[in-house]
Amino acid sequence: MSIGVDRINKRFNNFIAVDNVSLELPEGQLTALLGPSGSGKTTLLRIIAGLEQADSGRIEFHGKDQTHEHVSDRGVGFVFQHYALFKHMTVFENVAYGLTVKPRRERPNKEAIRKKVMSLLELVQLDWTAHRYPAQLSGGQRQRIALARALAVEPKVLLLDEPFGALDAKVRAELRRWLRRLHDEIHVTSVFVTHDQEEALEVSDRVVVMNNGRVEQEGTPEEVYDHPANPFVYRFLGNVNLFHARVHEGTATIGDLRVPVPEHSDSKEQDALAYIRPHEIDVLANNESGDAIHAIIKSILVVGPTVRLELQTEHSKELIQAELPKHQFRGLGLLQGDEAWLRPMQSKVFLREEDATNPQESDL
Amino acid sequence: MSGDHNSMTTLAPSSVLRSPRPRNVIPGFNITMGFSLLYISFLFLIPVGGLLLFTMTQSWEQFWRAISHPQVVASYKLSFGASLIGATINLVFGLLVSWVLVRYQFPFKRFVDALIDLPFALPTAVAGIALVTLYASTGWVGQYFDVYGIRIAYTQIGVVIALTYIGLPFVVRTVQPVLEDLESELEEASAALGANRLTTIRRVILPALMPALLTGYALAFARALGEYGSVVFISGNLPYLTEITPLLIVAKAEQYDYHGAAAIGTVMLLAAFVMLLVINGLQWWSTRRFSH
Repeated sequence: MSIGVDRINKRFNNFIAVDNVSLELPEGQLTALLGPSGSGKTTLLRIIAGLEQADSGRIEFHGKDQTHEHVSDRGVGFVFQHYALFKHMTVFENVAYGLTVKPRRERPNKEAIRKKVMSLLELVQLDWTAHRYPAQLSGGQRQRIALARALAVEPKVLLLDEPFGALDAKVRAELRRWLRRLHDEIHVTSVFVTHDQEEALEVSDRVVVMNNGRVEQEGTPEEVYDHPANPFVYRFLGNVNLFHARVHEGTATIGDLRVPVPEHSDSKEQDALAYIRPHEIDVLANNESGDAIHAIIKSILVVGPTVRLELQTEHSKELIQAELPKHQFRGLGLLQGDEAWLRPMQSKVFLREEDATNPQESDL
Repeated sequence: MSGDHNSMTTLAPSSVLRSPRPRNVIPGFNITMGFSLLYISFLFLIPVGGLLLFTMTQSWEQFWRAISHPQVVASYKLSFGASLIGATINLVFGLLVSWVLVRYQFPFKRFVDALIDLPFALPTAVAGIALVTLYASTGWVGQYFDVYGIRIAYTQIGVVIALTYIGLPFVVRTVQPVLEDLESELEEASAALGANRLTTIRRVILPALMPALLTGYALAFARALGEYGSVVFISGNLPYLTEITPLLIVAKAEQYDYHGAAAIGTVMLLAAFVMLLVINGLQWWSTRRFSH
């Protein structure tokens, strides 16, 4: 069932949580709402669920208006960050809850409920916990139970609010792979909220990047990562170095380096910033080509198979981060304090005034 | 290097000598425990022990006569019955009051909240006189009931009202913080799963509040059982009808029948102990049943 979000607005007193957001979330896909805290992603999710009322705008499930439907009539499965399991009920009773509260006419009989609950517990691989209480389970197990409980009522859409936010890194990584596999099995239209870009890129079919209540960009994880629409998305999706550049008639200049930027062909002598990710920088021991950027190696950090360098250059306010495979770095024979030359393999240049629209610069 | 070595050899044995037994991380166990025991002894153990010892100076027949007199038995019935009814009323309306105080915003909310504690602070005699003025057949409230032939003051209904009044804060003050801490997500989860409001209250909220409700109920009941000041004014103290047990103890003591007073006091003490056991049992059960 597809989800339509049509010009949704929501304010809390003077704070604009959701600012005229429109989205089409296609049927059967797993969409990530990604953004920093305060970007309105959770509020938007709660509005879709019906836990929050929008000030204006419409919510549709498969073309059917849901704006004024109560949460209990929308047929959504909602998974909370802190699980929200009923502590006084066993795991079985928790998962069965949605079935046992149905009006008597629609309620399945006891045996049907038992079968359904046990099959869901098998689906989340926790059938052996049926008679335990939530407090006897680990965080990751509780969240899987919460998911089973949400799925028990066969929701039209599944909404997950930072589902892995309260878990430690290892469990989180396991659980998101598991969620991906589960979604491939059951194919219910799902939306999950996260502030973790890695999580969003790894798990989802589509990513919606939000900031300050607005949608900055939407697309497949690959599109969004490889072609960020603006500086905010660029920085939010991973570490990035900023180089000072001048743009003139389709060419950006960083020191002696010239980069073609056809999208800025009518700019004349404008200040710009080139965004380059650490692994997109080629580090050289000499300047044979004559156009590399000069830098000094400030620190060398070997992290497993990769080497992280911090380099100082006059073209950037901050130290430049570069990442390269260990064997490649060893081949260069460079030491701390040595001179090095940098050549970006890929970059994206944004003019300065575009950048000024982004207030989050100092955060990232 | 050799200097270091020397200081090592001199330090090592003394540091072993300094702590011959493992020390508690939190200091002051002896003094605080000693003081607590002394404190409890003076306030509680010695008076209670004295009561039991004094009771035992009389013969068994004397004791039995004192505690089984029909007038005394009638007072037990009233005291326990009215306390139970009062605590039950408080259970229902105390929950309602705490719900309103926690869930809604309204003018003078903080003032109303402070008002709940009034039965704690107001001298019970003042409360008793106020209640009697209000509920007497000529009083502001009592006159309307009098029209239908219902008398409140100087009847058992009056006793129930006084015992309800003093018990209210116990239920409200135990339930309120638990209700405040109840995650709203639980209710949202229940609603998202299709439950209506009533089902959510019955199956999610009430079970979560159950241990606090039981505690408040027990406290209100225990408090009502021992109440004296506010009841004696509104009850009228009619023998066999509106005499509560604490009043009989006072009456016996005033007639210099100290043995009789002590005998009835011992019964109340044993009843209180049984009550505490039952209460603790209930709490243990509800904590196991409702909060994992």
